[in-house]
Amino acid sequence: MQEPAHVSKAERPPDYQLGVVQEVLLALLAKEAAHGYDVRARLQLALGPLADALNAGQVYVTLNRLERAGLVTSTVVGQADRPDRKVYELTPAGRDRVREWLDDTTWPKPAPAEFHLKLVAAAAAGLADPVRIVDSQRHALLDGLAVAQRAALAEPNDSVAGLLLEGVVLRLQADLRWLEACARFWNERGEHHE
Amino acid sequence: MSSNESLARVGTVLRTRGLEKEYGHGDGLVHALDSVDLDVMPGEAVAIMGPSGCGKSTLLHLLGGLERPSGGEVWLEDRRIDGLSEKALARLRRKAIGFVFQAFHLLEELTAVENVEMPALIAGRSPGAARRRAKELLEQVGLTDRAEHLPSELSGGQRQRVAIARALSNEPLVILADEPTGNLDSAATLDVLRLLESLRADGHTLVIVTHDSRIAATADRLISMRDGAFVEETRLTHGSAGPLSELAGLER
Repeated sequence: MQEPAHVSKAERPPDYQLGVVQEVLLALLAKEAAHGYDVRARLQLALGPLADALNAGQVYVTLNRLERAGLVTSTVVGQADRPDRKVYELTPAGRDRVREWLDDTTWPKPAPAEFHLKLVAAAAAGLADPVRIVDSQRHALLDGLAVAQRAALAEPNDSVAGLLLEGVVLRLQADLRWLEACARFWNERGEHHE
Repeated sequence: MSSNESLARVGTVLRTRGLEKEYGHGDGLVHALDSVDLDVMPGEAVAIMGPSGCGKSTLLHLLGGLERPSGGEVWLEDRRIDGLSEKALARLRRKAIGFVFQAFHLLEELTAVENVEMPALIAGRSPGAARRRAKELLEQVGLTDRAEHLPSELSGGQRQRVAIARALSNEPLVILADEPTGNLDSAATLDVLRLLESLRADGHTLVIVTHDSRIAATADRLISMRDGAFVEETRLTHGSAGPLSELAGLER
């Protein structure tokens, strides 16, 4: 049952997710040059508990990659009582990339077709009861909802990261409502055939 | 954590074995419950989901002694309750079980605080002690300033919070909730959701029958029912940022 999910993950461009972080880092530098440390702090504020998944090194690695790609430049600034720090600044090419990113309306793809076809195929081939497949999928999504909801409830009302978590919760709820419709449909279909 | 461990040694709060419920007879015989085994541990929150008519409300009624099973056993802690007399069952319900219903079931003629203190008064507490306890509970559900209001002067979410405070009145062993947000809009659902989450965090034992995925997601364990039987059971992980970042579309 997990097989198709792995296949679609493998087909995703390997840099896809990191790509999002690249654009975000560029955008955070659009107003003014900044230390890697400041950029990371802003990202942490926006992501709240989700920032745990972004390790510190990743921000610096990504900034270096952006520098090699000619999208940012850096200068080393000496500090009296601490090691030198790099200050990053957008290049004109970097600025163009930020503008493209802001104008792009591509939406992360929810993929009901694959799951839908899984149910159709399971029913047609008599491999499994589609209603049971829906039940299992529902539990997996509810597990995700439990994590997201608890994180959302832990955020104060005016938290910017709370807004992101609310988005995760609402999308999972929408998926769960569709699964209910799937369960109803296949349940009735099963009864007609009995 | 150590208190949880010691409780775990005590055993289950609720336990059923081979629980059966049939309605009607002859051709009209309906198996509402078909050999259900359930163990609820102290401090555990269990959500039961399933389509209408799957037997989940029947199960809740049998757990709370509101109906009697056709077969099998129901244990509350170390006491078997399915064979108790009506009188003993009624006493047990008042003392050991907190009920929360979809339609609130508040007494419309009584104020919020009077509704909440009622179970304590029936259990024989002094009026002063019952009132003090009721006020504490109203504070816990965030309704101190609504204590003297009649149910008709409260919103749906506030009424359900009063009902939950009432359910807590006699410090029940377990709270049984039947579609607690079934009559509520999404803002009121969020209030009840926060309250259920805080009860769970405080170590109350909860069994919640619900259609609402957000309510179900507050539980420690999730059970799906179909045709009177358990078909799927999951321990909700409430895990770390790992799966969360994947859900949010960030890199893992």
